[in-house]
Amino acid sequence: MNLLLDLYLTWFKLGLFTFGGGYAMLPLIQREIIDNKKWATEEEVMNYYAIGQITPGIIAVNTATFIGYYKKGIIGGIIATLGVISPSLIIITLIADLINNFSELIIVQHALSGIKVAVTCLMLVAIKNLYKSNVKDKASLLIAISTFVLSYFTSISTTLLVVSAGVVGIVFTKLNLFRKDKS
Amino acid sequence: MNTFILLIFEFIKTGLFAVGGGLATIPFLNEMSIKYGWFTSDMLTTMIAVSESTPGAIGINMATYVGYHMFGIKGAIGTTLGLVFPSIVVITIIANMMEKFQDSKLVKDIFNGLKPAVIGLILAACMGIFISSLFNKDYSLKVSSVILLILLLFIQNKYKKIHPIFLISLAAIIGVVFKL
Repeated sequence: MNLLLDLYLTWFKLGLFTFGGGYAMLPLIQREIIDNKKWATEEEVMNYYAIGQITPGIIAVNTATFIGYYKKGIIGGIIATLGVISPSLIIITLIADLINNFSELIIVQHALSGIKVAVTCLMLVAIKNLYKSNVKDKASLLIAISTFVLSYFTSISTTLLVVSAGVVGIVFTKLNLFRKDKS
Repeated sequence: MNTFILLIFEFIKTGLFAVGGGLATIPFLNEMSIKYGWFTSDMLTTMIAVSESTPGAIGINMATYVGYHMFGIKGAIGTTLGLVFPSIVVITIIANMMEKFQDSKLVKDIFNGLKPAVIGLILAACMGIFISSLFNKDYSLKVSSVILLILLLFIQNKYKKIHPIFLISLAAIIGVVFKL
């Protein structure tokens, strides 16, 4: 299949089945982009997520632009982005007129309760896999736990947390605190 | 200024300054509602609920909805493209720079710190959905949801190749059938 069409359709599928924002897209990215299409490695996707945190815009769009750009240049980035936003455009436009009642529909609420549990299951597994491949020493574990605690329990901005983690990365590497065989 | 152009301009601005994902667009929408009166804060609340219950990135869903509300399909396309335009430009520049600096020792050292930090950030961002999927509003445990979670984890563990889309669809059907 034509690569541009493949980029568009793959990101369309990711947009269509993501409930709850860019992070919830991670299990689908792992399956489609990393395992099936082999368009990026897990490590690269983690880098895109990190950069997506400190750059403007929506994480899902930023990740789509990154992967599209590396596969097929600027036009690839644009096509992947159009793919990931198309389902939203179509679905929201279709339901916009009944939107005031939509989220109150009982059947929607029941389906959504189930979907949320599935997203929880998928995210738990995704985070476990990321943990296994990215946290291999005590220094990394310390960074992961501190970032979680500061992000969840304080109002420190994400930008500041990401920038600090980058600085800590430089310092810890200088102090030889990361395991050598890592990356 | 023409309202249509002003609307798109506001969404380009939002795309440029909302750092850290879809929910970061909410303060900007709030400001639009106060400054221009394009929609009420009630509508904004509904929009957030609908965006969270439909597929797709939340920021995109909200942009599409506001655009459609103001100018129909033309508005929906305009606001959505406006919102993603800054991302495409900024990420293309960064992706281009990363190609040049990917072998730099400093960049590798920085990512040594970023990779574990992102896992912490993802976990923190998911806590909301974890809690709302397993607990009621009064913080009592939703027993049926916990049973479903255990079932799904079991299926996922037994059939590692199972596609996430299948798991999501299965859970939606179970939700409707058993009135979760």
